[in-house]
Amino acid sequence: MKVDILYFAWVRERVGLSQESYQTSAATVADLIAELVTRDEGYAAAFADLSAICVAVDQELSDFAAPLADCREVAFFPPMTGG
Amino acid sequence: MSARVQEAAFDAAAEAAAFQSAVTQSGAVVSFTGLVRDDTGSLDYMFIEHYPGMTLYALEKFADQATVKFGLEKVLVIHRYGRLQPGEAIMMVVTAARHRKDAFAGADYLMDYLKSRAPFWKKEVSQGSATWVAAKDQDEAALAEWSLNSAAKES
Repeated sequence: MKVDILYFAWVRERVGLSQESYQTSAATVADLIAELVTRDEGYAAAFADLSAICVAVDQELSDFAAPLADCREVAFFPPMTGG
Repeated sequence: MSARVQEAAFDAAAEAAAFQSAVTQSGAVVSFTGLVRDDTGSLDYMFIEHYPGMTLYALEKFADQATVKFGLEKVLVIHRYGRLQPGEAIMMVVTAARHRKDAFAGADYLMDYLKSRAPFWKKEVSQGSATWVAAKDQDEAALAEWSLNSAAKES
């Protein structure tokens, strides 16, 4: 399946992209991360500390165990700092 | 509409006045405005990134939750993104309720959710070097407090 992956803040800076369309058979968010980190050093650096990474699946805050079946958009970012 | 996400500056006093004039059943209006703080005196500007597809939806969801939880008559949330100078208003929350405690609690609840669950990321640029603002443990603790309170009430 093809998913849009979005990156924000320092995750975006480390990956070097704000958005990409990505072909994957990953079943969960964790599986997707495991694929991404093998792509290059930027991805590996972005996902080096998973305790500092948040994920939204189809624009809802989610977690690494979340399934990706039928999902269109996955976003990775650091803990939010609004307000 | 109870929430707005915008790059442009807003007039907090005018927003609060317009909000208040539209209130019909409340005895209390609470307004909070958050400003860009410059702790070191060396901040050139703050840059706020956000997740355009998700931000407004998240703010409206929090506004709805606060409305139900505290019986608010009316809520307004405004949050800016982009480049902001020290002293500029970043965001504002206004709540209206029959009584003062619910209006304050509703505003406080919204602030806690905006801090840690709304998809914004602040970057501070000082003397040419940029630093992403780190999330604070105390902000997560404040959120946990709200769920503890409602769990206690329900039991």
